[in-house]
Amino acid sequence: MPAPADVMLDVAGVERTFSDGTAAVRELDLRVRRGEFVSVVGPSGCGKSTLLRLVSGLEPATAGTVDVAPCRLGHVFQDPTLLPWRTVTRNVELLAELEGIPRAERRQRVERVLDLVGLTGFARARPAALSGGMRMRASLARSLVLEPELFLLDEPFGALDELTRERMNDELVALFAGGAFTVLFVTHSVAEAVFLSSRVVVMSPRPGRIVGEVAVPFPYPRPTHLRFAPEFGRLAAQVSGLLRGGGGQAGWVISA
Amino acid sequence: MSLAVVRTRWLPPALAFAVFLGLWYLVSEVLLDDDRRFLLPPPHAVVEVAFLDPVNRAALLRGLALSAAVAFTGFLIAAVIGVAIGTAMSQARWVERSLYPYAVLLQCVPILALVPVIGFWFDFGLTSRVIVTVLIALFPVISGTLFGLRSADRAQHDLLSLHRASRVTRLVKLQFPSALPALLTGLQVAATLAVVGAVVGDLFFKQGTPGIGVLIDLYRARLQTEQLLGAALLACLLGVAAFSVLGLLIRATTGGWHGTTAYDRPR
Repeated sequence: MPAPADVMLDVAGVERTFSDGTAAVRELDLRVRRGEFVSVVGPSGCGKSTLLRLVSGLEPATAGTVDVAPCRLGHVFQDPTLLPWRTVTRNVELLAELEGIPRAERRQRVERVLDLVGLTGFARARPAALSGGMRMRASLARSLVLEPELFLLDEPFGALDELTRERMNDELVALFAGGAFTVLFVTHSVAEAVFLSSRVVVMSPRPGRIVGEVAVPFPYPRPTHLRFAPEFGRLAAQVSGLLRGGGGQAGWVISA
Repeated sequence: MSLAVVRTRWLPPALAFAVFLGLWYLVSEVLLDDDRRFLLPPPHAVVEVAFLDPVNRAALLRGLALSAAVAFTGFLIAAVIGVAIGTAMSQARWVERSLYPYAVLLQCVPILALVPVIGFWFDFGLTSRVIVTVLIALFPVISGTLFGLRSADRAQHDLLSLHRASRVTRLVKLQFPSALPALLTGLQVAATLAVVGAVVGDLFFKQGTPGIGVLIDLYRARLQTEQLLGAALLACLLGVAAFSVLGLLIRATTGGWHGTTAYDRPR
């Protein structure tokens, strides 16, 4: 049965078993529509990253189907994975280089995205000279250069301190509000997921499958202080409840 | 240069050198009788006889030049072959499985044991000296290259896989640059070994123009300890020079981004 035209990603009945016999995900179903910001939360090792790797084709599914609409994919890893011998500019243009985009256009695009992520002043710096947050910005910029339509983000802010993470979240929300892309975002932070997403899906422990989802109706762009709204806390508690295996009926509100 | 730098960086080795010279003088002037002083002539005698005497100096410098040329040629050949073999090993497991055991074997065989055979096969001239040098210097280049090419992490490889990078692209854009620190360290070790190889090879192959090794053997036979020590000192300096040149190369190429260069200490 063909998926509707606005479906960017359709994962159906997917299983991924490694050569040692352990299953990372099983009976995984997920559909993402164009323009959605979907976060996947789940306990450590539940196969969240595997889900992204299946989508971008880095790993094959053992069973089931992964249908990705023909579009430009961006995949940002947990580590910034910058090449230490390249300057920020040269790092950010790497993927464009691999895609064979001519040099002049590459440089133009790099300039634009560096401005977008606020790294213009560090164009000639090497990664070692950057803070963790700036490295992640460079990593995002590297993907943004190719103007992805489906953006896969694998816990990109997991290694950052709380303050930097919130700032990066604010920037990502602004970027999402201003751009025309769809996001599949993996995190283990409930607050981050609720703040960023239009929909949060919750995965079970390994082998991971989707055990529930929570729609987040706040419009974009989202202000920083949204994190302190009562409704925000209620949604976060609902996601937390699902994570704990309940039906989202947790009787307490987590501080976001 | 500030006084502090002089004190912390230059003073300790200078003091160690002074102590060394003192011990040398002690042995040579106090402990040894006059008729046995030839066993260890004092430092100034070594300098006078080996380096200030024009005839001796010319012989030593000619020998040094020849050994340096042998070491350099052998090093270059070892570098090219070593990088090629290491790269081939990194590209296919079967190449690695076929060749690596023999590379290790080559490293473990005392080259001295092979020297006579090499002499039979390739004559006792320059070619043999270069071959000995290559054999001694090869392994660190192979292992440095192989280890280095494997050092890029999985996520970086994934990134290239996402964009369907070819083998060559992967090598050029990711693997060779990440291999540089290990590769250059391997080359640095190889450079000093090449000097050892040149001198050792020379010691055995006495035909043709004498290098440092031949001279050492000659001075030994004639009990010319001053020249003998002078030759040893020059060979030593050649090794240090080779090490330093590679050190500079390491700094110039990877010093800007790689955490530890040969001269850095964790502090």
